[in-house]
Amino acid sequence: MDYITIDSKKVPIEGEKNVLSLIRKAGIEIPTFCYHSELSIYGACRMCVVEDDRGKIFASCSEQPRPGMVIYTNTKRVQRYRKLIIELLLSSHCRDCTTCQKNGMCNLQSLAYKVGVHAVRFLNHRKEEPIDMSSPSIVRDPNKCILCGDCVRTCDEIQGVGVLDFAFRGSKMKVQPAFNKPIGETDCVGCGQCASVCPTAAISIRTNVTDIWDAIEDPDIRVVAQIAPAVRVAVGDAFGIPKGENSFGKLVAALRIMGFDMVFDTSFGADLTVMEESKELVERIKSGEKLPLFTSCCPGWVKFCENRYPEFVNNLSTCRSPQGMFSAVIKDYFADMDAKDGKKTMVVSIMPCTAKKSEILRPDNYTDGRQDTDFVLTTTEVIRMIKQMGLQFAELENESADAPFSVSSGGGKIFGTTGGVTEAVLRRLANDKTYNTIREISYSGVRGFEGTKEASVMLGDREVKIAVVHGLANAGRLLDKIKSGEVSYDFVEVMACRRGCIMGGGQPSGGARTRVSRMEGIYKVDTTSNVRYSDENPAVKQLYDNFLTGREHKLLHRNLS
Amino acid sequence: MKIDSMEALETARENAVSNIKADTHRILVCAGTGCIAGGSEKIYDKLKKMADEAEGVTVEMIVEATGEFHPESVNRDSTASSGSDIVSTDGETIITAINGDFMEKEAAASEMKEETDKTSKVTTVKGRVGVKKSGCHGFCEMGPLVRIEPYNYIYIKVREEDCEEIFNETILHGRPVERLMYQKDGVLYRQQEEIPFYAKQTRLVLKNCGHINAEDINEYLAVGGYQALEKVLSSMTPDEVINVISDSNLRGRGGGGFPTGYKWKQVARQEEKIRYVVCNGDEGDPGAFMDRSVMEGDPHKMLEGMIIAAFAVGAQEGYIYVRAEYPLAIKRLKIAIAQAEEAGFLGDHILGTDFSFRIHINRGAGAFVCGEGSALTASIEGQRGMPRTKPPRTVEQGLFAKPTVLNNVETYANISMIILNGADWYKSIGPEKSPGTKAFALTGSVKNTGLIEVPMGTTLREIVYEIGGGLKNDAELKAVQIGGPSGGCLITSDLDVSLDFDSLKSLGAMIGSGGLVVMDENTCMVEVARFFMNFTQNESCGKCVPCREGTKRMLETLERIVAGNGKPEDLDLLQELGEAITDTALCGLGKSAALPVLSTLKNFREEYLEHVVEKRCKTGTCKALVRYKIDAGKCKGCSKCARNCPVNAISGEIKKPFVIDTTKCIKCGACIDNCAFGAVYTEN
Repeated sequence: MDYITIDSKKVPIEGEKNVLSLIRKAGIEIPTFCYHSELSIYGACRMCVVEDDRGKIFASCSEQPRPGMVIYTNTKRVQRYRKLIIELLLSSHCRDCTTCQKNGMCNLQSLAYKVGVHAVRFLNHRKEEPIDMSSPSIVRDPNKCILCGDCVRTCDEIQGVGVLDFAFRGSKMKVQPAFNKPIGETDCVGCGQCASVCPTAAISIRTNVTDIWDAIEDPDIRVVAQIAPAVRVAVGDAFGIPKGENSFGKLVAALRIMGFDMVFDTSFGADLTVMEESKELVERIKSGEKLPLFTSCCPGWVKFCENRYPEFVNNLSTCRSPQGMFSAVIKDYFADMDAKDGKKTMVVSIMPCTAKKSEILRPDNYTDGRQDTDFVLTTTEVIRMIKQMGLQFAELENESADAPFSVSSGGGKIFGTTGGVTEAVLRRLANDKTYNTIREISYSGVRGFEGTKEASVMLGDREVKIAVVHGLANAGRLLDKIKSGEVSYDFVEVMACRRGCIMGGGQPSGGARTRVSRMEGIYKVDTTSNVRYSDENPAVKQLYDNFLTGREHKLLHRNLS
Repeated sequence: MKIDSMEALETARENAVSNIKADTHRILVCAGTGCIAGGSEKIYDKLKKMADEAEGVTVEMIVEATGEFHPESVNRDSTASSGSDIVSTDGETIITAINGDFMEKEAAASEMKEETDKTSKVTTVKGRVGVKKSGCHGFCEMGPLVRIEPYNYIYIKVREEDCEEIFNETILHGRPVERLMYQKDGVLYRQQEEIPFYAKQTRLVLKNCGHINAEDINEYLAVGGYQALEKVLSSMTPDEVINVISDSNLRGRGGGGFPTGYKWKQVARQEEKIRYVVCNGDEGDPGAFMDRSVMEGDPHKMLEGMIIAAFAVGAQEGYIYVRAEYPLAIKRLKIAIAQAEEAGFLGDHILGTDFSFRIHINRGAGAFVCGEGSALTASIEGQRGMPRTKPPRTVEQGLFAKPTVLNNVETYANISMIILNGADWYKSIGPEKSPGTKAFALTGSVKNTGLIEVPMGTTLREIVYEIGGGLKNDAELKAVQIGGPSGGCLITSDLDVSLDFDSLKSLGAMIGSGGLVVMDENTCMVEVARFFMNFTQNESCGKCVPCREGTKRMLETLERIVAGNGKPEDLDLLQELGEAITDTALCGLGKSAALPVLSTLKNFREEYLEHVVEKRCKTGTCKALVRYKIDAGKCKGCSKCARNCPVNAISGEIKKPFVIDTTKCIKCGACIDNCAFGAVYTEN
């Protein structure tokens, strides 16, 4: 077998496209800012430089491995260069580390420490740039940008949105939307994937932590939380809990300690979505109109469709997202109690998603002029609150969600990963509610991380063609094919983020291992659920039979008039 | 007219030649950018008007006994001014000019015999004067230039007012206007080719520049244009073409010196069949204009090279990337492409063969970095002009991710002569590993600035002292900056080094695209380094950290030094930054960005030290380092300077010499202006 020698260790070449992958395979954590395995190779940060046996210095991310190569990853020269690169980056960087959002999680900070930069010999001539607060989802702080271009490539290559790019040249270069428009006025869908890849706080999540603490402190506010499915397999990352492990119970406990009055599971809302969306699909198949039916759970996708594919807007399901349905139900549910005890119910949803922060402000998500979800907290914000509180999260005893929405099905929980919505809808539509059906559906092709998945099931004697797509660039390509008539479907599930909500912009970021663990975690939550079918959730049934009668459309569907 | 076969091409060429021959005189007014700036378009208009008005007028010409025109006889002819009898050589007819009117007369007389005994005589013919705009002659220092054929006179620094005299004397009477001719050391040079500036050059690529009308394809045909293409299409296979170019050892003129034939071979062997030929005309080095001169002066030569390249590698489409700051080049290229398409050298079924090829022009928006291959192709595609990592290389995935031949203007301009004369001929010019000629833009403190072309391997001494005519004011040579902002400094000990790709690289310099800035003893090398760093820093695309931030920090350090605030450790910092940028930058621009600083640091370290330790700039270039002093002998102690000093830097007792505290002095000059005794002076 061909191999290269890395720091005197022979490493076999097994199809790796660059030397960097081989270095990482050899167990050496070579520093990078601009290298991401899922993005095109940019080669700008130059942190991954290595030296070969002839004294040549090159960036390992963009060097093809050649059999017999001998490289050293940490020579004196390489060390000196890496240190200087960090020093250069810091020379035009905001250095208010202690007050930075990203303090403790910043890649620039940690690499500066690792390579041993203890002083910056250059004066800082950075000019203060205004912070862009125009989006409810993300905040752009150009003062902290190191121009690695990760956000630019993510937005373009993964999401196909491309609202960020470079402007100006040389030391005047900046990342900004076209014509330096406020990001909130662009086609930005708020998915937050840019923030996930940003090594510093140049793009960060628009945080509502203070609002929540204020509400908790206010005796006149009933603070109600709902926790999305994907949060439970990610929140533990920050507290030493094994990746992908279900931390729902601990999170419920933590929220109660913090002072939340009620805690619910958004999976209950997802069950409602399954009920409504299945109904809609059956109706549309019957009428043959507005097919394919596109899911509407993902606000990033809904906005993308409106911006780029307005011709498909009528194909979007009229359903609110699980968050939207559940908040509307909660608000109505507590209305009487509010009147009685003079409190105001505030719904805080804890989400893996930054786009949800924008979704709650959409008029079509309001009920009679009422904003149903008051705040969205992302997983990372909740982690910060837990840390502020000083809780030993891993040590907490599991607690369960509050009645009357304490039961949710496995179908509602798998919404957190790509294919989950489809799988839950298929379970709902199946006549035979046995374990066999569950197994068959799980093997129908809707699971897994492939960008676009296809499945086909029989609904009576009608074949229902399904596509599941995640990542907006993939979605765009699929829509183009649908538009051209190259493919046709009855039902299409779209999630803006690759792998679905488990890798949403509001989650702690992670690599390949994180992604797989979270997906496995979600499926494990499903298999350990007592109820697997949304339509078999007794709490859902009860809600439909009593409380919801006559208000299904008002509370569960988008206000499209 | 469409030329659809090799035979038709021959006919077209013969027509072109006879059409040019039909002109008794040709006035070539240099329409290179420098001469246009000097007013050559007005000169052209005026001469053209005069020529049109004189259409068909009979004029006097000087003819050598052999039948060839010879200017040596001019002096004698000037004595035979209007009114005298002039006789034709064959004795058939004579025309006598009286007061500007011409009338026929019988041939006779013994005085005529006397005239013909000498080597040349005067004849009269029905004049047809072709007034043409030519490309750059290269002797820009002396522009606007006007060349008169058949005498090969070159008139320098011509003004509009000179036109009448030129026309009346030279065109109507064959007499030179000596006051407009180049003189050096008491010698008058009438013919262009005799001027030392030209005599020491080997003009192959630039051969036609200044000698043909760049806007007329027929003129190119008349001097043998498209002969190489004819040869290629009628008798060679693509592989044979590539082999000839490979054998010739032609190396890319854009600066890198990559073997052209090897590049073509790599493209030709790609599996992808859609291929592109791209010409890099994004000449961005400050002061360099070699490529511009070719594009403006002989665009077809470059097009022919591109067409041959396309045939060799099997490309269907070509792009020329030209800076938008070269409007004249763009205009002439557009005309050339349109004429080549019309004639059938471009388009479908070129010269009646199965080979088809088209060329598009793409204007660059003036980013220096777009001269880098991958940035250039990105820019053509409409992307931001930023270099990308390689692999894939341009030959594999270049323009639109297809295999692409990307060569420089001058490289393409070399192709046709290699095809026509063969690889061995080419290798016989200059060093075998780095053969051919190279065009340089010679500027700075040299007497003859302009565009020159010399064989590779020529020494700096020959260029500076023979072609360049030595330094202005006979100053002492200090250094020659070669290769522009990507290059380095050569010093007096490098004067006899052969200028070619390999030997320069070993000196830490590079040919680059061919800028040569000659600097004399009055040049501050720290300021030179600052100048180039300022340029590179401005032109960095901003992608990779070492170039974006590193060049900025180097510039700041250099600015600090020339402002008198440098510290000795700044030199180490410059060295450290320079080495890091050179080793770690992403593209060629970044990798070479620090060269001007590193090479001046190496060769002129003393000068840097003077700046940072003694805070002195010997050349007086760095104004911030100039020191104001009071000559105690001249100072009368009147205190006027002290009273006018805005920062109270001057003190002293009345009637005794005053002194300036240099640490307080802001160098405003108020003391000099106010001293009635000339006692205040500056010291470098």
